[in-house]
Amino acid sequence: MNAVVPQGRRPRHLTAGRIGIYAFLATAALFFLLPLWIMVVTSLKPMEEIRMGNILALPAAMTFEAWTKAWSSACTGLECNGISVGFWNSVRILVPSVILSIIVGAINGYALSFWRVRGANVMFGVLLLGAFIPYQVFLYPLVRIFSLTGIYNSLTCIVLVHVIFGLPTMTLLFRNYYAGLPIELFKAARIDGGGFWSIFLRVILPMSTPILVVATILQVTGIWNDFIFGLTFAGRQNLPMTVQLNNIVNSTQGERAYNVDMAATMLAALVPLVVYFVSGRWFVRGIAAGAVKG
Amino acid sequence: METISIRAPSVASSGTRIRRSVRTRLPAAFALLPTALVVLVVYIGCMLWTVRLSFTSSTLLPKLDWVGLAQYTRLFANDRFLTSASNIVIFGTLFISGCLIIGFLLAVFIDQNVRGEGLFRTVFLYPYSMSFVVTGVAWQWFLNPGLGLQKLVRDMGFESFTFDWLVNQRMAIYTIVIAGLWHGAGLTMAILLAGLRGIDSDLWKAARVDGIPTWRVYTSVVLPLLRPMVITATVLLATGVVKLYDLVVAMTLGGPGIATEVPAKFVMDHLFERNNIALGTAAATIMLITVVSILAPWIYVRYIRPQGRHA
Repeated sequence: MNAVVPQGRRPRHLTAGRIGIYAFLATAALFFLLPLWIMVVTSLKPMEEIRMGNILALPAAMTFEAWTKAWSSACTGLECNGISVGFWNSVRILVPSVILSIIVGAINGYALSFWRVRGANVMFGVLLLGAFIPYQVFLYPLVRIFSLTGIYNSLTCIVLVHVIFGLPTMTLLFRNYYAGLPIELFKAARIDGGGFWSIFLRVILPMSTPILVVATILQVTGIWNDFIFGLTFAGRQNLPMTVQLNNIVNSTQGERAYNVDMAATMLAALVPLVVYFVSGRWFVRGIAAGAVKG
Repeated sequence: METISIRAPSVASSGTRIRRSVRTRLPAAFALLPTALVVLVVYIGCMLWTVRLSFTSSTLLPKLDWVGLAQYTRLFANDRFLTSASNIVIFGTLFISGCLIIGFLLAVFIDQNVRGEGLFRTVFLYPYSMSFVVTGVAWQWFLNPGLGLQKLVRDMGFESFTFDWLVNQRMAIYTIVIAGLWHGAGLTMAILLAGLRGIDSDLWKAARVDGIPTWRVYTSVVLPLLRPMVITATVLLATGVVKLYDLVVAMTLGGPGIATEVPAKFVMDHLFERNNIALGTAAATIMLITVVSILAPWIYVRYIRPQGRHA
């Protein structure tokens, strides 16, 4: 990790300026924390208190009822099994998608930065351009292709879609990382008679831990937070948590149970939040690495 | 095209060397094959297919007839699409400039040797880890006029306070901007802060010796130095703008009325709900043309021209 060397002016004693700086930062922090605070306190209140009381206030009669309800009995459309269904669907989508997309990305990055394959750079160029193109341009034909092959609306389908649309970022990420490794290492392995796969597995992969961590953070949050692919490709049986959350919140008949909505929202945000807080600065690296060093 | 060359030194004569190098590079070509297929079939094939469909009269099922630009004529006479297009321009402009301004301010203030720097950074960036659906739902609840912010301020004694943007046709799009800023400003802050930390500390000494006020140094010297980071952040934010869909679906569902419709949602609705494939693909093609015309020069200069390794 790079050492942090604070720059800018040297700190001085509390002057008006310093107070101003802290006031600005604190106000900004309040703005960023407000929605989270509201979500948490709302999810812990009974409905009467929500209707009568102050949206910012701590719950007077704290209850976890909304959380239990959100997890196991909230209605997503016609079924009322809570958001836990979506949670487990998301897990089943997440695990294979993350693993597969990282494997493919690593192999691509390795092949692109150490081996000269005719046309590879053109392919990479198209792939990168593809990363910026709105998904709507691909979705309909892709649905037709998957319907024709008979895997539309299945777990396989949604995993494949995540791998396909993860290709640009994952390939770029690994290609850039491998381009930074000394080429002498590769040359030495070639002289020792290493082939494509043996060099990858014995030399390159053991040196890839940092980028594997970054890629995992990026893919776990990205795939967990996906909405549009899950909605379009996963099928009714496999709808991920984001889609279920939207169904719970936006298709409720009758009076809305805001406490249940907010509990469900917190549950849906939990995995990426944990990843974020645990990974700390690696998280930023992940987002930036995909774009900064191209 | 590139010529065949291999980097590993070889002792064999040139004839066998070429044959050998082709053979040893075969696994590399095989490894890239699946990706090449995906690029051909999905990234190129599906794209062309979508463009082709936009010239047909397909409704529920795809047809391969030819109606010329009829769908595009319909599209540009369609209120919903025109609203979507103007909304995305409003959102894009305010979101990108807002994120850059807020992000820059946050980064500069954090860079003043403050205490609890890590805490501030964590707080500013955490929204970015959450999904747009979560963001949309949270802000929908907070801005809800009946029980949210408006009620809060009224209960504090300001009886006539009104903040009903979420349900106000003219203002609803700005609530999406607010939620977007909350989600994305921290990312800009993180990228720009990394840039600030990369600036030579001698610059600050020099500026102090010359007696230049700090804010001048930031605007006239530091900001130009941050250009690459600003570009990176802008590109990241811009791709987010084009993809804007989940946030709208979760927060307003395009409403009230069609006030917060956006192009991505227009396409999705016409493809999968309104059974109007041709119109949907025409809108998708317009999105494609817009994005490509903005990005093609940038991609070319940055990635395709400098071929091969650059460490």
